[in-house]
Amino acid sequence: MDWINAIVQGVLLGGLYALFAAGLSLIFGVMRLVNIAHGDFIVLAAFLGLSITTALGVSPLVALGLVVPLMAAIGYLLQRGVLNQTLGDDILPPLLVTFGLSVIIQNGLLEIYSADPQKMSAGALETASISVPGGIAIGVLPLLMFVVAVVVIAGLQWVFYHSALGRAFRAVSDKQDIAQLMGLNKAHVFGLAMALSLAVVGVAGVFLGIRTSFDPSIGPGRLIFGFEAVIIGGLGNLWGTLIGGIILGVSQNIGAQINPGWQLLAGHIAFLVVLAVRPRGLFPRID
Amino acid sequence: MPEALLSTKQLEAHYGDFQALFGVSIDVYPGEVIAVIGANGAGKTTLMRSITGLVQNKADMVLWRREPIGTLRADQIARLGIAMVPEGRQLFPSLSVEENLIIGGQIGHKGPWSLEKVFELFPVLKERRHVPSTALSGGQQQMVAIGRALMSNPEILLFDEISLGLAPIIIKSIYDALPNIIGEGMSAIIVEQDIAKALSVSSRVYCIQEGRISLEGAPQSLTREQISAAYFGV
Amino acid sequence: MSESTYSISRSSNASRTAAIIGLLVLIALVAAPWWAGRADLRLLSEVFLYLSLACLWNLLAGYAGLVSVGQQAFVGFGGYMLFALAIFTGMSPLAAIPLAGILGALIAVPVALLIFRLRGAYFAIGTWVIAEVFRLSFAQVSALGGGSGTSLPIAVVKSMASSRSMREATTYWLALGMAVVVLASIYLLLRSRKGLALTAIRDSEVASQSFGIDIWRNKFFVYVGAAGLTAMTGALIFLQKLRISPDAAFSVNDWTAFVIFIVVIGGIGTLEGPIIGVIVFFLLRELLADLGTTYLLILGLVAIVVMLKAPKGIWGIIKDRTGLEVFPLSRRVVKTKTNQE
Repeated sequence: MDWINAIVQGVLLGGLYALFAAGLSLIFGVMRLVNIAHGDFIVLAAFLGLSITTALGVSPLVALGLVVPLMAAIGYLLQRGVLNQTLGDDILPPLLVTFGLSVIIQNGLLEIYSADPQKMSAGALETASISVPGGIAIGVLPLLMFVVAVVVIAGLQWVFYHSALGRAFRAVSDKQDIAQLMGLNKAHVFGLAMALSLAVVGVAGVFLGIRTSFDPSIGPGRLIFGFEAVIIGGLGNLWGTLIGGIILGVSQNIGAQINPGWQLLAGHIAFLVVLAVRPRGLFPRID
Repeated sequence: MPEALLSTKQLEAHYGDFQALFGVSIDVYPGEVIAVIGANGAGKTTLMRSITGLVQNKADMVLWRREPIGTLRADQIARLGIAMVPEGRQLFPSLSVEENLIIGGQIGHKGPWSLEKVFELFPVLKERRHVPSTALSGGQQQMVAIGRALMSNPEILLFDEISLGLAPIIIKSIYDALPNIIGEGMSAIIVEQDIAKALSVSSRVYCIQEGRISLEGAPQSLTREQISAAYFGV
Repeated sequence: MSESTYSISRSSNASRTAAIIGLLVLIALVAAPWWAGRADLRLLSEVFLYLSLACLWNLLAGYAGLVSVGQQAFVGFGGYMLFALAIFTGMSPLAAIPLAGILGALIAVPVALLIFRLRGAYFAIGTWVIAEVFRLSFAQVSALGGGSGTSLPIAVVKSMASSRSMREATTYWLALGMAVVVLASIYLLLRSRKGLALTAIRDSEVASQSFGIDIWRNKFFVYVGAAGLTAMTGALIFLQKLRISPDAAFSVNDWTAFVIFIVVIGGIGTLEGPIIGVIVFFLLRELLADLGTTYLLILGLVAIVVMLKAPKGIWGIIKDRTGLEVFPLSRRVVKTKTNQE
């Protein structure tokens, strides 16, 4: 029974991991950039949510409405102000600049908020649960997060493949120069891509903050979970990323069932096994 | 004397240490179709890339209605009404035929060209509208590339080596359709290695040799010997 | 008709002068236990060990195109191997340190086979995951102190040398020796044919492949070699500290962030760069360390600004302006003889 419960919880956790991963995957697809500070932005969003809920006295889910546009704006400015300058054939500049950003965000948050663990409360929603046949209780909040993750991914898929913005993303990612001939300002398109990525990060961050306690140092851990979900699921496939997140969540929970200290290791091992056996992931779409 | 729609004035272009264009000056008048011919590597594509903003130049080296545009970005120049069918087609592989055409029109200029009109011109594209663009044959891809450029309803259309890599029969059909493509009032620059084709559709021709204009004139006023000499530089 | 003979020359006046100065500096450094105080010796050791880490990271990223943000895996692994050998076998550090290096190189083999399946920035994150796996794994080993870590047995420490000052001198000389070994190995590697292959790979992978250079094997060789030397350095680092814990051993900040900063500021892809970088780093640390997190903020900011505005670092700027080269690595064609007929 515990095992089934662990697996169910793992699946729901996978939704959160997929949210961590979605923004990362989007940016890589559009501009071949990997944002090493991605996890730290998730934590930044959590702290933003915290400040807003404290200042305005609202529920974190309401604060989402402010966090998401704020993060989107930060993403746009970041891309146009800093990251666009790093794009090119050399992989070092974007890597090192986003690594520097990671250090700055972590220490900036440390300065402002201190190292104390924080948590946002969603009130009654946190303890509410639905009983499912078989004696399993599914928390309403984890279920909600999973549903939101699915909705977000479906939304991103729609944007990418059925909207003018998505067309622009694909065109610019295919051939930057020729896309410019179509009147697309690639600096602006990249900015919009990063804005969208950090908007998703905003959702992920607030959910993280509700679900567990967080502090400025946990960013890299979230980056790694997102990265593992992307690699397990397969590059360039957002639904694959959801599956990757689920596999990761389930592995972690199974590991925790065997031995609480093995939770994280179990996830990493699942990742390494997939890497060894299927280097391109389970459902790859691009190279 | 009507003023030139598009001019280059002593245009110079460099790729790193290598200089590709040495003081190239051309003019295109409204409604005119001119040809730019030259051998491989003469500088024709560099000239096109300079005009469309893919290569940056000094501001007053490229003029649009007498306004300097040499330092503008490619997307800004596209919005002025300058469109190009790039060398090698350069369709977007992640987009379908129809999406390639739609994105060509994303500038949103008003004009006669629309998705329906492009499908009228090239019916085979309508049948294959949802196919990934790079799954088409070379000739069909060229049609998509032309349609994509037309969708922006430009004032001047640059054709960069559209016959390259295509079978003669396909080339003929495309050049036969050219009057319908260019239509009323649109200006065009046809860049070609195929001299006969270029001369057959243009009212004036420039020849580029090693980055410099070696000949200029109306096709009927130039002899074969003159063109040969200018083309090969002998 | 005149005939000239050409030869390939490597050294220049600058490099010859630098070699002499370097030798004098080295002699002074070897003699340091006699003229420097205890605190200064420790500081110098730290400088040498950071220099070693920086040179090795630079070899990976600047020459082999392998950007790793997970070298802390081998630093910690080397440290833990030293402690394990000391605790379980009582081996003297003098023997354990090279052995830790060899073990580090050995474990790097399966690691490389796994993560070389990733490219570019995903490879970088992959190295980070490996470091995390190492950290979590060692935290599970209760014989080595589990999550809180353990200390080096006093008996083993005392076995290094008879007196305390002799021990401190020994650890200092080991650190100096490490830096010299790392610099010399990298220099000799880059001067060799393998080094030429590496530089070719760095400049253009496609072009070098068309010349028959096996990219994968070269990168693999460099990765494993660097891992071994990094592990040795890690062993020395924790020999100094006398205490190890998973968080300290595998700290991203200490063993990767600072190292990257040193290399970026000094100049990626040059041998002279890490030397300048380490000097700047320690100067900044002396000035700013009191500021705590602000210090790290400034470091991060400086690294970003340098990467955007001066990507070749301080030595890169000097080299571009003057063509100076302290380590003679580039080859020049020199006319040696002219025969008149």
